[in-house]
Parts: sequence; structure tokens; C-alpha cells
Amino acid sequence: MKIVVCIKQVPDTTEVRLDPKTGTLIREGVPSIINPDDKSGLEAALRLKDEIGAKVTVITMGPPQAEKALKEALAMGADEAILLSDRAFAGADTWATSSTLAAAIRKLDYDLIIAGRQAIDGDTAQVGPQIAEHLNLPQVSYVEDLERDGDSLILKRVFEDGYHKVKVKMPCLITTLSEMNKPRYMSVSGVLDAYREKEVIKWTLDDIEVNKEHIGLKGSPTKVKKSFTKGAKAAGKKFEVTPQEGAKIIVEKLKEKYII
Amino acid sequence: MNISEYKGVYVFVEQREGEIQKVSLELLGKARELADKLNEKVTAVVLGYDIKDDLNELIYYGADEVLYTDDELLKVYMTEPYTKVLSEVISANKPEIVLIGATAIGRDLAPRVSARIYTGLTADCTSLDIDEENKNLLMTRPAFGGNIMATIVCPDHRPQMSTVRPGVMTICEKDESRIGDIKEFKVELSEKDVNVEILEVVKEEKERINIEEADVLVSGGRGIGQPDNFKMLKELADLLKGQVSASRAVVDAGWIDRDHQVGQTGKTVRPGLYIACGISGAIQHLAGMEESEFIVAINKDPGAPIFEVADVGIVGDVNKVVPLLIEELKMSSVKEEKAQK
Repeated sequence: MKIVVCIKQVPDTTEVRLDPKTGTLIREGVPSIINPDDKSGLEAALRLKDEIGAKVTVITMGPPQAEKALKEALAMGADEAILLSDRAFAGADTWATSSTLAAAIRKLDYDLIIAGRQAIDGDTAQVGPQIAEHLNLPQVSYVEDLERDGDSLILKRVFEDGYHKVKVKMPCLITTLSEMNKPRYMSVSGVLDAYREKEVIKWTLDDIEVNKEHIGLKGSPTKVKKSFTKGAKAAGKKFEVTPQEGAKIIVEKLKEKYII
Repeated sequence: MNISEYKGVYVFVEQREGEIQKVSLELLGKARELADKLNEKVTAVVLGYDIKDDLNELIYYGADEVLYTDDELLKVYMTEPYTKVLSEVISANKPEIVLIGATAIGRDLAPRVSARIYTGLTADCTSLDIDEENKNLLMTRPAFGGNIMATIVCPDHRPQMSTVRPGVMTICEKDESRIGDIKEFKVELSEKDVNVEILEVVKEEKERINIEEADVLVSGGRGIGQPDNFKMLKELADLLKGQVSASRAVVDAGWIDRDHQVGQTGKTVRPGLYIACGISGAIQHLAGMEESEFIVAINKDPGAPIFEVADVGIVGDVNKVVPLLIEELKMSSVKEEKAQK
């Protein structure tokens, strides 16, 4: 079985804080991580590899430093890693990102493509389904459980009010939720392998066949018109008092506002 | 693409078991406002099986016309049949704007459709408006975990597509005197369009948690120390006729079900009263609750970012303050009852 896992290197947004004075993001010192939903997708692929044997290829589109995320994936147990990096890809929205990734994946052999449901820096959940459409594959998103059944997969597809148990024939694309598993840590021998034995394959625009009108900023139907930080709302009053006084203050304020 | 051919604001109306979802009515409210600015029509698009009965409701809530496709294969949501029908509706009618709820269905369907028809899609918008200069749709959404807002446009492709967060837009007042056309849109669907087989549909019969609709939320974070302390928050919530919600940290830790999660990856809430108990206030969390009318925060750490958005902040141990607060509330309600007598 051949599995391609799409991952994204993202800033750990849970570590981001706002500068209370300027209202801007403090980006310094924010670590880069493999996006959590993607990491669970990788873990799901590695479990299939452990159980039934599979070749796991990870792929990412990003700047040269995204190689670090691929090294981590190799250290976790992936067999092959591809970094898709070119200035021509820069500024892509989800449409252009998915068309670029789809073009790269077309060069690979695969039974199953796994992408995380969404990235924590963009939260769009669009790239997975869009890759599936570009490759004309069936898609199942929001997957929380997966099991192989011959040339098909049996999946648990989650909704707000329940779930569907579905069966889909491979090749197909699924998007995974971080709730589905707890990704393994890198092993020492894995780290050694990742840095000594395994190479990250680097592809640029010249390595893939893609319509040049469908990549990067130019191939992106959506454009960012402006971005801004929400002006922080003025903080109210903060009381450093005993718990008893604290409780009284809350009740008073709620009465003042006619909430109780 | 001649973008001037594209007219009208279309809303994908999501139904589950025949029941129209609230987010779709919210979208109709927003679509009405956008269409009035553009001087165009609002069209509600409904896909399902045996759904013809309630379609007038959509007119009452702001649509000028309803297009429906009725087919057994559309009874339960499946990606491909829905994508095929919605893509055909768009190709045949050339709408200028298409709005879809950012639900587990909408966020599966919308990207697939946008890739098929080659147009832009902006996810999880919290604000939509029309650019007065060129009539483009201005789609504003949170990014980077919630504290950067980005306004996105789709200048050269049509339709301009957007998914919209549930609970953000306002439903129009129901007006039963409104009239409009209800038309069938026929699409040939066959088993060939089904590439994912549904083996089982499971409705989870949990206690219906809808924190987006609560007027009072008592929300717990890591600072409450242990899962058992949610009982104390529940008691407080019951006294205030509210519900319990939670931060991502405690949901991830398995202390409480994900339905309770407030924040960028959880739900956006704007209750009348939000009591943050032991929540430090990561920007993702703040993004999901800072529009609440009145915010009370209780936290040990005087430097916790939650205090930046709180109307009243109590620096202290939440496990001491909340039981005392419960007592105070009980006492004050007893006093009131006596006074009324």
C-alpha cells in the first residue's frame, strides 16, 4: 500500500500572544510545528504501515525551512519526504496551493492520500477537498477512525450531531482530525536515520507539470485586500482581593448590569 | 469570464433529516442585506429528498426565490452528489455570490465546488460587505489563530464564494407576507455519482449542547485543576440559567466533550454573560468569546490575557471564588424572595 501524507509547517499559534500595548502579534520565539491535524494523519499512515505494511511519503509545499517538518516526519517513521518549494508558488491561496500539490502528487504512486482537516494558522479546511477534486478522487473529510478492508477503507466521518460510517474504494483522499490518535514521538534511531540516511527530495516548478496560470499569487482567485488586528477591547477593572470579596464584587456587578 | 453576467446572491440551505439548519436562516438574513445593496435577488438553494413542504419558510426569512433539487440520493449528505448538483446550479444560473454555512457539511462541500468551477472560496467568514467602489464582496475572516483579521476579495472570478461561521449573522424577522417563486432544478443523479458508500448513520443522542444559543456561559479552563470541578461550574451555570462551556486545553485533555469548546477551533459565542473560570485566554479562545456582552474572569495569574477583555476580573483561586459566588447568589435570591413577600 502506498500512502501520501500532506503536511504543513505552521507557527504554534497557541504560543502566540498579543502585545497588549500595540495590539500586534508577538511572533518572535514562536516555535514551528507540524500542523496537529496533519500529524495525526501521518500517525494514521504510520499505523497502517506497522499493521499491514505501507510506503509512507510525506509532502509539503513551503519555504526552504519547511524541510525541518519533513525531517521530523522522517524521524517518526515516514519513508520518503518531498519539499515542494519555489518562489513561483509563493502567495498561493487554497485554490493555487491545491493545484500545485495535486500536480506533484500526480507524479507519485498512491492508494491513499491523507491531509489534515485544517491548519491552525489558516483554519480553512479547503486544501484537502480541493486536491481531491483536482485529482478527481473520492474524498472523505473529518475522519476520526480508519480501518482497511481489502481495496477499500472503512471510515468514521464526524459531524456536529453524530457520525457516518462509510466505505470508500481506494484510491481516495481523506482529511483527518487531531482527535483520531496521539502521534508517536520521534525515536532516537528515527532521528539518526532522518538526518544520516534519508534525504529530503526537493522539487521546484521545473519538476512538476502544472499550468503556470494555476499557481502562486497569479493563480489565486482570492486576494488579501487588507489585514488588521482587532483593536483590543478596553480592559475592565481587575480586583486583587480575597475570594469572599471577589464573590461579592461579581454579584454586585451582575446586579448593576441587571444580569441577575 | 465575463463577470458582469453573474447576478444574484445564492444561499446553500443545509437540511439534516429534512430540518433546515439555523445557520442557513442566518445566511438568508445576510444575503438579503447584500442583495439590497447590489439591487439583486436572493435565491435559496435546497438539496434533499421529500423536502417540498417547508420551502415557503425560506421566502419568509428573506429569499426572493427558492430552487430545490429533490432526489433520493440527496437525502443524506454525500460529497459527490451534492457537489454535482450545486456546481450545476451555479453553472446554469451564474450567481454573483454564493454563501454556505461553515459546518462539517459546508466545509466539505464548498471547497470541492470551488475547485470544480475554478473560483475563489473564503473560509469561515465573520463579516461580509459590499465594496462601494467596485461592488466586490468584502469577506472578512479571522486568521492566525484568531487575532489577525483579513479582508479577502475575489476580483476576477465568479461567483464569489464564502463559508460563514454559524452564530455570527443575524436572522431576519420572519415575514409571512413575503412571496416568492419556488422552482425545481432538475439534475440527473445516478448510483454512478455515489463514490462513498454510507454504511451507517449515527445520531449521537447526547444531551443537546448548544453553547452558541446560551445567554449565560460558565466556562472552565485548566485553572479549575481537575475534571470533577466542572460540577461546581455546572451548579453556578444552573443558578444563572446558563450552560457550561470550556477552553480547548481541557477539551483536548478529555475533561469535557468537544461540543463545549469555545474558540477559534471551537464555537464562537456571544452570550449576555460569560464567566471565564481558570481560563488564561489564549488568543484562539478570546476570538471565540470576546464579543460577549459582559465578561467576568476569575484567574490566579494577574497577567493572564483573559483580563484584557474582561469587564470584571477577579485575581484569585477559581476553586475558592466559585463556591463562594454560588453561596452569594443563593443568598441574594433568598433575600429577593423574602423582599417580594
